[in-house]
Amino acid sequence: MTKFTQDDVKYFANFARIGVSDDEAEVFAELISELVGFGDVLKEVDTDHVEPMTHPLQLFNVLREDVPQDILDREEMLKSVEEHEAGMIKVPNIL
Amino acid sequence: MTLMKKSAAELQQLLHNREVSVKELTEDSLQQIAKLDGKVQAFLAVTEKEALSQAESLDNEPMENRGPLFGLPIGIKDNIITKGITTTCASKMLENFVPVYDATVTNKVKQAGMVSVGKLNMDEFAMGSTTERSAFKTTHNPWNLDRVPGGSSGGSAAAVAAGEVPFALGTDTGGSVRQPAAFCGVVGMKPTYGRVSRYGLVAFASSLDQIGPITRTVEDNALLLNAIAGVDQWDSSSSPKQVPDFRAALTGDIKGLRIAVPKEYLGEGIADDVKESVLEALKVLESLGATWEEVTLPHSKYASPVYYTIATSEASSNLARFDGIRYGYHPEGAKNLEEIYLRSRSEGFGTEVKKRILYGTYALSADHHEDLYVKAMKVRTLIAQDFANLFEKYDVVIGPTSATTAYEIGGVAQNQLTLYANDVLTVSVNLAGVPAISVPCGISNGLPVGLQIIGNHFDEPLVYKVAHAYEQATDFHKQSPSQGEGNE
Amino acid sequence: MNFETIVGLEVHVELKTDTKIFSPAPSHYGAEPNMNIHVTDLAYPGTLPTLNKRAVDFGMKASFALNCEVADVMNFDRKHYFYPDNPAAYQISQDKRPVGQNGWIEIEVDGKKKKIRIERVHLEEDAGKLTHSDNGYSLVDLNRQGTPLIEIVTEADIRTPDEAYAFLEKLKAIIQYTGVSDVRMEEGSLRCDANISLRPFGQKEFGTKTELKNLNSFNFVRRGIANEVERQEKILLSGGEIVQETRRYDEATGQTVLMRVKGSANDYRFINDPDLPEIHIDKEWKDRVRAEIPELPDARKTRYVSELDLPEYDAHVLTLTKEMSDFFDATVAAGADAKLASNWLMGEVSAYLNAEQKELHDTALTPEGLSSMVKLIADGTISSKIAKKVFKELIENGGNAADIVKEKGLVQISDEGTLRKIVTEILDANEQSIEDFKNGKDRAVGFLVGQVMKATKGQANPPLVNKILLEEINKR
Ligand SMILES: [Mg+2]
Ligand SMILES: [Zn+2]
Repeated sequence: MTKFTQDDVKYFANFARIGVSDDEAEVFAELISELVGFGDVLKEVDTDHVEPMTHPLQLFNVLREDVPQDILDREEMLKSVEEHEAGMIKVPNIL
Repeated sequence: MTLMKKSAAELQQLLHNREVSVKELTEDSLQQIAKLDGKVQAFLAVTEKEALSQAESLDNEPMENRGPLFGLPIGIKDNIITKGITTTCASKMLENFVPVYDATVTNKVKQAGMVSVGKLNMDEFAMGSTTERSAFKTTHNPWNLDRVPGGSSGGSAAAVAAGEVPFALGTDTGGSVRQPAAFCGVVGMKPTYGRVSRYGLVAFASSLDQIGPITRTVEDNALLLNAIAGVDQWDSSSSPKQVPDFRAALTGDIKGLRIAVPKEYLGEGIADDVKESVLEALKVLESLGATWEEVTLPHSKYASPVYYTIATSEASSNLARFDGIRYGYHPEGAKNLEEIYLRSRSEGFGTEVKKRILYGTYALSADHHEDLYVKAMKVRTLIAQDFANLFEKYDVVIGPTSATTAYEIGGVAQNQLTLYANDVLTVSVNLAGVPAISVPCGISNGLPVGLQIIGNHFDEPLVYKVAHAYEQATDFHKQSPSQGEGNE
Repeated sequence: MNFETIVGLEVHVELKTDTKIFSPAPSHYGAEPNMNIHVTDLAYPGTLPTLNKRAVDFGMKASFALNCEVADVMNFDRKHYFYPDNPAAYQISQDKRPVGQNGWIEIEVDGKKKKIRIERVHLEEDAGKLTHSDNGYSLVDLNRQGTPLIEIVTEADIRTPDEAYAFLEKLKAIIQYTGVSDVRMEEGSLRCDANISLRPFGQKEFGTKTELKNLNSFNFVRRGIANEVERQEKILLSGGEIVQETRRYDEATGQTVLMRVKGSANDYRFINDPDLPEIHIDKEWKDRVRAEIPELPDARKTRYVSELDLPEYDAHVLTLTKEMSDFFDATVAAGADAKLASNWLMGEVSAYLNAEQKELHDTALTPEGLSSMVKLIADGTISSKIAKKVFKELIENGGNAADIVKEKGLVQISDEGTLRKIVTEILDANEQSIEDFKNGKDRAVGFLVGQVMKATKGQANPPLVNKILLEEINKR
């Protein structure tokens, strides 16, 4: 059975932009190791000629007409934004 | 004596006879909440002011304009968007989040004239089955306050069971309407995927999530589904199929009904009292003219790994938008963008949510995408096929909703076999996208047992018909938890 | 050692729809910050994408025009990465089943024709806009978020900076003809990245490539590629190795500059978007879209040369934009001589548009107007000198050349008697010029012609004036 290490935790936490301390990494490594075995369980199923089920319903061509509507009020929108300036959302630079 | 345990039909009668006004009905609900919720802890927010002012204006509506749910109180699970009313998903991430729009279902219950009295507790982002994973409070089972109400729609089920509201909306990604309904002895329906719009439901796993009604009776449940079902131009995955009148299906006649009972649903991990209740229920159904046979769902043992892989993958994608910038938890004093991301997501999400995001991120990563995520979607096809095969020969599939009755709050994690049996019972229904209802079918050691009735895609009328016939033949729905009587 | 340059382009083109690809907010350019957004564009909790039908039509149309096979079944995928201009932390794009595949366009460089293959055309949403300020902050405007894009990815078939330039010029013309985009690089509705690598001639495998971004004009694409080739060549010749990285072209220095090194840091974790059902494109839909595509530049070029006898050069210039080509076609259809119409469009008309920074539709000139003028020139009613006056009137105030000529009395004087009388008067008044002419000063004739034109307000028929003038001088 595959083991999920603390390094794995940090590697994937980086993609998911979740900060983890060393202590948390230890906890998550253990929790996720329980789940990692799923890959092994699924391996035993023969799916050679099986299509993946991406949607539960077989709907297709659900399309919207190209007509503008429901424009969001900017001031309403900015109420939930922590920092903004000149109608724009303010974020610190990358580094 | 509260009005909150009356059916929609009874309440409509009172309204039409002017024995009670919408405002009085709303006040009754608010009083029940004031009296009981200190113990039950079902509500995250009670919107008294909004509810009362809405009730007052509804009282001006002429009788002839009123539908079957007009003026009746409802509680809404807190992962359903309500304009101007804090919607938290029971997460610190959205603790102060006040939405600028209404979910489609929120609009629909308003249009039906229902009065929302507040937002209901849940496991954070609907990830859990006990409601203990709420960032804010633990909801207690009204039948036994030391027990969990189930989850993730635990607040919804507990509020209805306790008699705080006669109606609630829950959401069901892997059993989150049905299992708490079973634990709390109420009726919970997970409709066919696509039957109810997901627009305004904060997504957990988009290909599995469905909003469903939680009520005291099957008839009330059918009425609420009538109100919220239907295609929505803002949810491209909602079905354009015509919505039948679900209440019209409640004829009581199930003669000739062919029931499949998967042996996996009564096998290892299922508690004896639950098994007995379900077998008793099958006898009742037989007495009503149905027949049942034991069948097999050969891929059900893979339901759990398939579910966790798909649900966490989709969750890792859906929850990526919570980054502390446009809304939601914003860490104080973050010096740069990276820090905002890392801190908002590590401080804003709870452990279970982070665990699932991490596993989902792993399952979608280039190295595992094919053998984990895509593989799970292929096995999902086989699980759905199992159901399709059964529905060629049988009308409904029946089993327990949950492997056990409600667990103890804070109790040690259930043993692996029980957890696994629970997944087999509930998540395969979401994977296949079919409708399923939980109705009370017994009481064991003072705790309710739920019977699960599963139908083919869009066969909710039949599911309701069977559930209703069973309900009318038994007394379980008339029993109430002691908390609900308002005993102090 | 000699190296072969290998270039592949990725071109993003904004589609000219009224709303965004996945939300009903307006998608036009130039609004106040964050005024054109829908809750979906903000990736607000609970929102879901809805697919704009016209965006799909436009993606198909562009694909057909680029000789692609259009998908029978396509879907949308989520591509994950965190950035403040990307609110959902995923971009909805097309990974495995794009709208178009296996296309090509033909370019011509130094008289040599060549096909550049197009690997794929996929539909996706644009990101918002970040404005970086000096005080350590950036400002996010989400108006552009969700604007429909097609991304056109070429095979690595381009071998020189000039081929890249020719490809873009042709691509721009084709897309513009289909009407699905304004393809204005200045407004960002066409954006180009280039993947560049070198390999020794004869070698099969590609070398390590770098990606060149922020190329803001076709000329910068050409110069940027040339500079990057130079840079890579130097490294390789000195025994170094190319690092896979993203670079940008610095317009001021003419150099490419490192932006970031590509590492394993990119894992987009594509998933089929569960919120968006598949799109099935049947023959009827394809036929309908294909029928909406107008005659494309190459076909028009061929027609101009073979049917209208225009030189290749004229045909090329006239077909660079659809507006010009349409205008030319309409002018000829209104009865103008093709070569004369072409001369005027490539000459005076283009000069005017350049000088005034206008486009044809901003002027009052109509094909009927231009045609009426060209006809008057052809039948000798007006001289080309008068035509310039008429043209100025036509392009600024519109109307018909015949009316203008009549109104302003601009008809050419071709009556010999009238002209001879005026010539005689001019000669009488300019004895010295006659003397000069007889002493061999050719300039004197020019002066005398000028005097006649002045006396007739430019309306005299110039060849006739010349003829009469010489006759009259010789009589003296
Ligand atoms: Mg690209
Ligand atoms: Zn792109």
